[in-house]
Amino acid sequence: MRRFIEQHTFWSIVILLFAVILLWLIFAVWPQWLIEIFGRKKTFVNTLLNGLTLGGLYFLVASGFTLIFGLMRNVNLAHGSMYLLGAYIGYEVADTTGSWFLGLAIAFVVVALSGMLMQTLVFRRMEGDDIRQTLVTIAISIIVADLMLAIWTGTTYQFTPPDWLFGAAQLPVVSTIRSSGDAVYIKYPIYRLAVFFAAVAVGAALWLFLNRTKIGMMIRAGVNDRDMLSASGVNVQLVFVLVFGIGAGLAGFAGVVGGTALSISPGEDVRYLLASLIVVIVGGLGSVPGAAIGALLIGLAEQFGLAYFPTYGVVVTFLIMVIVLAVRPQGLMGSSWSRQ
Amino acid sequence: MLKILKKMSLVVALIAFSTGAMAQDTIKMGALATLEGAFAALGEDSLRGVQMALAEFGNSAGGKNIELITGSSDASPDSAIRAARKLVEQDGIQVLVGPLSGSEGLAIKDYAKTQPNVTFLNGSSAAQDTTLRESAENFFRFSTEGAQWMAGLGEYAYNEKGYRTVAVLAEDYSFPYTQVFGFLEPFCRLGGKAPLDARFWVPIGNKDYSSVIAALPDDVDAIYVALGGADAINFLTQYEQAGGDAPLIAGSITVDQSVLGSKGPTRKFVVGTPSAGPISDTWDNPNWNAFVAAYQEQFPDGFPSPSLFAHAYYINTKAALLGLEAVGGDLSDGGAALRAALSALEFDTPTGMVKLDERRNAIADIFLTEVIEGPDGNLVNKTISVTKGVSQTFGLPYEEFLKYGQVSRENPSCE
Repeated sequence: MRRFIEQHTFWSIVILLFAVILLWLIFAVWPQWLIEIFGRKKTFVNTLLNGLTLGGLYFLVASGFTLIFGLMRNVNLAHGSMYLLGAYIGYEVADTTGSWFLGLAIAFVVVALSGMLMQTLVFRRMEGDDIRQTLVTIAISIIVADLMLAIWTGTTYQFTPPDWLFGAAQLPVVSTIRSSGDAVYIKYPIYRLAVFFAAVAVGAALWLFLNRTKIGMMIRAGVNDRDMLSASGVNVQLVFVLVFGIGAGLAGFAGVVGGTALSISPGEDVRYLLASLIVVIVGGLGSVPGAAIGALLIGLAEQFGLAYFPTYGVVVTFLIMVIVLAVRPQGLMGSSWSRQ
Repeated sequence: MLKILKKMSLVVALIAFSTGAMAQDTIKMGALATLEGAFAALGEDSLRGVQMALAEFGNSAGGKNIELITGSSDASPDSAIRAARKLVEQDGIQVLVGPLSGSEGLAIKDYAKTQPNVTFLNGSSAAQDTTLRESAENFFRFSTEGAQWMAGLGEYAYNEKGYRTVAVLAEDYSFPYTQVFGFLEPFCRLGGKAPLDARFWVPIGNKDYSSVIAALPDDVDAIYVALGGADAINFLTQYEQAGGDAPLIAGSITVDQSVLGSKGPTRKFVVGTPSAGPISDTWDNPNWNAFVAAYQEQFPDGFPSPSLFAHAYYINTKAALLGLEAVGGDLSDGGAALRAALSALEFDTPTGMVKLDERRNAIADIFLTEVIEGPDGNLVNKTISVTKGVSQTFGLPYEEFLKYGQVSRENPSCE
C-alpha cells in the first residue's frame, strides 16, 4: 500500500479524491444545483447499488468462466447453459422441498457434476485442440437449450426466496429532507444486498482457495505452465476435472441466485454467456480479480446506462469493451500470457 | 449392405409417394411465433391457439388436409423474416399465420409484398403501421392492433380513477409505441399529462428494472406500464421488492394470462390494475366460456385461461380456414380467390363479431378490464365494460386519422 502511494503519488491522490467525492455523493444531502444536473439523489444511490449487486451476480457467473479458461484455455461457450440449468434444477428442488437453500446447494452440486462429466467425457478427448473444444461447447449449448425448452417450456419461472430475504431494507442514507424537517431514508431490496454479499463471500473463498491451499497452488501453477506441473508429478487431469466442476458449479449457483433476483426463462443462457464474455474481456481472460473488476464495471455501466439514458444504455457496455480492447487488449488485469 | 440398401429404397419410395399424394389434397400452412427469447412463453401459447382452430376444423378445410409447419423467431424483425423465408421459399407454404410481435409484423408485411401468391394472416403482432400505412394487398389482420386495444382505458384512468399525471414505462419498439399512443391520446385530450422526461423506453429482454424503478418520478398519480412476457414479470417482482407504491395502469399484455399465469409467487399487489385489450378472462358469454373450456381441456399444462396470444392466433387461423372453406380449398389461382373471400369474411369469434376494414385490419370489440383474484386464487382480468366495434381509426375518416402522425416515443406529446 505504502509502496504504491510512494511510486504513484499522482494516481493515489486522484483515487482518493474520487473516493471522497463518491462518499460525499452517497451520504450528503444533495444541494439543488446538483439535483438539477444529475436528477434526484434516490436515483443515483439506487443505481449505484444496483450496479454493485448486478456486478456481484456477473462475478458469480464469470469467475467460473475465467477459472476454466485460465487453466484449460477452453473457452466454454456452454457456460450460459450451466447457469440456466442450475436455475431450473434449483427451482424444481426448491419447489418440491420448499427449501430455497436446498435448491441452491443441489443446483451447485448437480451442475458441478455435469461440468465434471463434460470434462471427462468430451474435452479430455480433444485436449489441446482449442477450436474444436470451443465448437463443441457451442453445440452443447444449443442442444441443452432445446432440451431445457422441451422440459421446462418457455414459461417464466420465479423463485420464492425465504421471507427474511424478501422486501426492502432502510439504509442509513438520507435521500432528501422533507419540508417538515423529517429525513427521508433510502430503501433497498434486502435480497439484492444479499446477492452482493454472496458474491463478495464467494470471491473471498475463491481467493483463499487459490492462494492458501495446496490444490489452489497446483491450479495457479497449471495456469502458468501446464506441462511443468504434470512433469512434477501432479495428476493434471484430476485438477482439470476439479476446476471444471467448481467453475460449472458456480454457474449453477449463480443460476439460483440470479433467478431469484430476476427470473428464469429461455434465452437467459445466452444473456449471461454474453455478459461473462464481456466481463472477462474487460477484466482479462483467466484472472479472477480481473473478473471481479470487469463485473463491477459492466454492472455499473449497464445500470447507469439504463437509469440515465435507457434507450442507448446498452452502448455503454460495449463502449467500455471497445476502449479496453483498444488500449489494453489483454484486459485490465490480464497478463500477456503466451501459449506454452 | 444389400439389406440396408433395400430399406433405404423403400423409404425413398415412401417419401416420393407421400409427397405425390400431398400435392393433390393437402394445403401447407405455416405458423410463425416467437419460440425463443423473452417472448417464448407467449409464442408457445399462440401455437396452442393455432392448434385449437385446426382441431375445430378436424385439420381440414374445403375438402383438403391442412399440413401445419411451424417456424420460430425471437421477436426481432430479421429473425421473423428469416423464419418466414424458410417457410415460404423452402417448405412451400401457401398460407402463413404470424408473426407474434409488433416490429416483426412490420417486417413480414414488407416481405408479403414480395410474395404475392402467398396469403399472410397476422398472428398477434399489433403495431399500427402494419396495416395503416403502406399496407400489403395479401396481409390480413383479423386480430386488432395495440391502439385499438387501449379503447376506453385513457378515459377510464382520467374520469373514474382520477389520474391527472402519469409516468410511462414501455419497451422500445413499435407495439408499445402503438399502445402508448392509444392510451395517451384520449387521456391527454381530456387534460391528462405525461411529461416526456417521465417516459422510459427499455430494450426488449431487459431483466433488471431496479434502476428504472429508482428513476421513476414520485410526483405522478400512476405509472402506465407496457411490457410483455418475461419483461413484465421481472418488472412487477422488482417493483414489489423495491417497495413501489404508485398505482399501475397496464398495457394489454402486461397483466395478461401470459404474465399472471407464470410460475412463482403470485403478484397480489397488481389486483385492481386497470387494463384494456381484445380479451377479458371473466367475460360471461357462452362463446367465450366454450373457448376457455376447449383450451383447458386440450392443454392441461397451458395457462389457467387462454392468453391474448392464443386468442389472436386462433382468430387468424380460423379466418384462414373459413376462407379456405369458402373457396373449396382451391389455391390454383395463387390464392386470389382466397384473398377475395378473406376480405369479405365476417364471422363470430369467442369475443364477438369480427370484420375487416378496407386496409384489411379488423374491426372488433375491445374489453376494459381490471385485475381481480379469481375463485381458485388465480389472478384474472374482470370485465368492466365492452367497447363495441372499435376500428383502427377510432371511427374517424382515414385521411383525418393520419393527421395524428406516426406512433413514436413522443406522440402524443401531452405537454
